[in-house]
Amino acid sequence: MTDKPENKIEFRGTAKSYPMKGSVFTALDGVSLEIADREFVTVVGPSGCGKSTLLNMAAGLDEPTSGEVLVDGVRVDGPGPDRGVIFQQYALFPWLTVRRNVEFGLRIAGISTDERARRAQRAIDLVGLTEFADALPKTLSGGMKQRCAIARAYAVSPQVLLMDEPFGALDALTRVQLQDQLLETWTKEQRTVMFITHDVDEAVYLARRVIVMAARPGRIHRIIDVDLPYPRTEEVRLSADFSRIRNEVWHSVYHQEAAAPAP
Amino acid sequence: MAVITPPQKETPARPRANGTARRPRRSHVLNLASLAIGLAVWALVSLFGIADLPGPLAVASRAVEMAADGTLAGDLAASLRRVFIGFALGTALAVPIGFLMGWYPTARGLLEPYVQFFRMVPPLALIPLAIVLLGIGEVPKIFVIFLAAFLFSVVSTLQGVVNVDRTLINAARVLGAPDRTIFVKVIIPASAPFILVGMRTGLGASWATLVAAELIAAQAGLGYRMQQAQLYYDLPTIFVGLIAIGVLGMAMDRLLLLAEKRLTGWQERR
Repeated sequence: MTDKPENKIEFRGTAKSYPMKGSVFTALDGVSLEIADREFVTVVGPSGCGKSTLLNMAAGLDEPTSGEVLVDGVRVDGPGPDRGVIFQQYALFPWLTVRRNVEFGLRIAGISTDERARRAQRAIDLVGLTEFADALPKTLSGGMKQRCAIARAYAVSPQVLLMDEPFGALDALTRVQLQDQLLETWTKEQRTVMFITHDVDEAVYLARRVIVMAARPGRIHRIIDVDLPYPRTEEVRLSADFSRIRNEVWHSVYHQEAAAPAP
Repeated sequence: MAVITPPQKETPARPRANGTARRPRRSHVLNLASLAIGLAVWALVSLFGIADLPGPLAVASRAVEMAADGTLAGDLAASLRRVFIGFALGTALAVPIGFLMGWYPTARGLLEPYVQFFRMVPPLALIPLAIVLLGIGEVPKIFVIFLAAFLFSVVSTLQGVVNVDRTLINAARVLGAPDRTIFVKVIIPASAPFILVGMRTGLGASWATLVAAELIAAQAGLGYRMQQAQLYYDLPTIFVGLIAIGVLGMAMDRLLLLAEKRLTGWQERR
């Protein structure tokens, strides 16, 4: 409320549990995590570790049962255009063209027609969909759909980008392309990005920090710093340092019992 | 709407375009051939088979007579008027109520027992009651048609709303859309395919109900004409009525199908 907080996103003892017949299922067990302004953080972990729940709570689509999530020092209470969300299933409005999809958030914000067209065009150009601006989603490939979804999020200029396994459904080649494109935009516009993935390579390649989570109950297992320079290039991807960090992340994702003995 | 540019590489545009271009033509030829064969069989059966069965020519000349003296036009107008009024009222009420039931669990809880109950009662079964309560004028007939159209459309609209992809709603919410915008910009378009399917089945049911209702109590209309013809053993008139009912029903169905294609062409076919 007073001075600008250093942390863009802050999870404070954030927990989520669901009543199950007779017992309580703990999806997330008191997660505390701070994500700095303009930081790129990836979250990896086995399924059921609550990584999507964590992201949804930052997005305001899900509420913690205890603890809280702060964005810009303000407690999250419902979704808002300051936090762009990219879903794995693209979630494009299939009855709208690429352009109208991208304009969706701008219309809600009540932005004038001229400005809207200008900003939508800019976002469409940025993700390389210029030629397909007037196409319906059904005519696009998976990668193009996700680029359109990214453009839709960019258009409203969110300060935070929350991405929930956005490239999970794409083929390996397209995935690498979109990763590079995402990093390029991030370098230019320096948003805070929280990126969920189950792909260890992707997690390391993109992030400054990799948050490794564990399941049952969902919690943070380890946080691994990625000391690789930006811009990340193919050279970085193939470097010895990259594979060292990748191995470390891999181990902490796939051999969690060995690394952290159960209490 | 904007012009749709198909992507150049990803879709197998060439073979599919050829396939769809050839298939309708081929099926049209088959349809016509089948019609011709059907007429021939009919003619043969009436000549050498069942003695009293009128042939295509007898029916055609009766149709010409009925068209000339205006009875056909009058009956068509009477029947169509009933269907359109009943169908329009039924759909107009069903869509908002379906949305209400899909959107508010309270509305659904309160209305669903009645909808499910009346869905199991054929609208025709209500004709005796409707005639007793509403008289023998236009009202009971329009009422049963209204009910038939309403029940189909309300259920499909409800289905449509319930089936809207949660991630689409979430996508709108994270872009800052308030509930009203989500309803208008997401729920309505996303459930349009369901609504149109419901309208099509509803129109079919309306048409069937209408003709049956006219058989029971009417002073004009295709069903009434056939009922009269039955009394005078006038088989050609019955055939004219039957064919008119079928052809009109198909025409109305085609119109709605066209509307469906227009309005919901954005759907991905799997």
